[in-house]
Amino acid sequence: MPESVRSLALTVNGVPIAVQPGTTVAAAVLMAGAPTRISVTGEPRAPLCGMGICFECRVTIDGVPHQRSCQILCRSGMQVRTAPSEPAANPAREFAP
Amino acid sequence: MKESFDLVVAGAGPAGIAAAVTAAEAGLRVAVVDDNPAPGGQIWRSGAHLPRSAQHWIARLHRSSAVPLLGWRIFDSPEPNLLCAEPSSFPPSSPNGSSLPPHRRHAELRFKKLILATGARERFLPFPGWTLPNVMGAGALDALVRGGLPIAGKRVVVAGTGPLLLAVAAHLARRGAKIVTVCEQASFAQLARFAAHLALEPAKLAQGAGFALALRSARLRTGCWPIAAHGTDRLRAVTLRQGHNFWDVDCDYLACGFHLVPNIELPALLACRIAGGFVSTNGLLETSVPGIYCAGEPTGIGGVELALLEGEIAALAASAQTARAQKVARRRRRKLAFVRALERACTLDPQLRTLPAEDTFICRCEDVPYAALCSRSSWREAKLHTRCGMGPCQGRICGTATEFLFGWNADSVRPPVFPALVANLAVSPARTHDFNGASAASRAGVAAPTHAFKETR
Repeated sequence: MPESVRSLALTVNGVPIAVQPGTTVAAAVLMAGAPTRISVTGEPRAPLCGMGICFECRVTIDGVPHQRSCQILCRSGMQVRTAPSEPAANPAREFAP
Repeated sequence: MKESFDLVVAGAGPAGIAAAVTAAEAGLRVAVVDDNPAPGGQIWRSGAHLPRSAQHWIARLHRSSAVPLLGWRIFDSPEPNLLCAEPSSFPPSSPNGSSLPPHRRHAELRFKKLILATGARERFLPFPGWTLPNVMGAGALDALVRGGLPIAGKRVVVAGTGPLLLAVAAHLARRGAKIVTVCEQASFAQLARFAAHLALEPAKLAQGAGFALALRSARLRTGCWPIAAHGTDRLRAVTLRQGHNFWDVDCDYLACGFHLVPNIELPALLACRIAGGFVSTNGLLETSVPGIYCAGEPTGIGGVELALLEGEIAALAASAQTARAQKVARRRRRKLAFVRALERACTLDPQLRTLPAEDTFICRCEDVPYAALCSRSSWREAKLHTRCGMGPCQGRICGTATEFLFGWNADSVRPPVFPALVANLAVSPARTHDFNGASAASRAGVAAPTHAFKETR
């Protein structure tokens, strides 16, 4: 694959990672080897549907929780946090309409 | 943002793009709304290797006067001819959208006509280990690779059912993935009948030949599916089954999807009649609700070419170009045989119902195991007693699975149809019609249509 003239620098759980423009946050998190969230019984989870339906890929981006990482493109300087660094609250409960 | 349009198109996949372009070129004031950050839907997801026709349509959309609301998701329709939407993601330091100007955190879109082009998602069937990281949909892995995930050198098992499997496997192989095997649950006889039908569609046959070339080193197995995924922190291996044979293969990804199911939540919320899991329409694609049309996969899973035709028909009908709409509708009718052939080819083997173990989670949002659901008699009872389907996906994943596993039907769709910010629910207009009765009745097929509605599929 040809090297792009520029790449984006962001952090996943504080660890710097460089990606090509057009990369989704979900892809960046997978590259960083982190699960996106911990389920209500403590299982590590990662993207399932890849298209914004399943909510398994939700992460905290720049302090904003519950962002679906598969629907969001990486921006320079973005700070992504995955579930293990979150408080042990049940995120699903907060979502229930 | 409060704006009025002649036509709102929900969804910017092929059907939505064709609809928006056709209507905008006819002089209508059009908005096209999509949850995704770029037009193209899932089949034309951004990235390299888009077919020329996709590039052509997307360029035509950008040239048109249609207002693109990309990265917006529709969550409610509190009164007729009104949709409420919010951004799909929020920028830094605005967790509740509060620091954003109002027009960037909430949209009220009034429409005279509406075209629902909400597309489809993959059907997932639960099996032991399906919740492990790196077990995902076939289309999902494809989307992630298009979204920048490196796949070169990775060992991938592609499994499930439907033409998407070969398309995904071929694309991943071209990107350097090692396709270990492609497992199609359908029998060889099922596939052979479908292949015979494809012979009538030269374009699809040529596409298939291209897949075969890309996959010449991978083995396609029929009547074969994964029965378990293994690993602790992530996927390490998969157990496959073909007839009475069982074996393990090591792999980095399991890309597994059992064909497609339409996204009918928004049509159901709007009280459009649903039959057999699809949105009912007349020959010009108007639904049971006057002024609301439906195009693409929600009317029947038929692929890109059909979706483009349907988008065009719906837009021509919605802009009162009836004669032209009827002309295109004749071309559509010739393609409907493909929809039925595809449905037969992807009919699920009943043995797949035995895939989950007692402790296999069926609802991934709330971690509800199979054993907790077996004694329940309906989707509603399961929800009330186990929280199955009560998480953020709102049953989009487990509801589809339990429909196959237990024969349950989700009997109501309630707003918001996507999780929405409380702040945005608060500023939405008060509800003027009874969503619950309307949508329940429409699903049961008993709603008295308010206009002469004759389904012609």
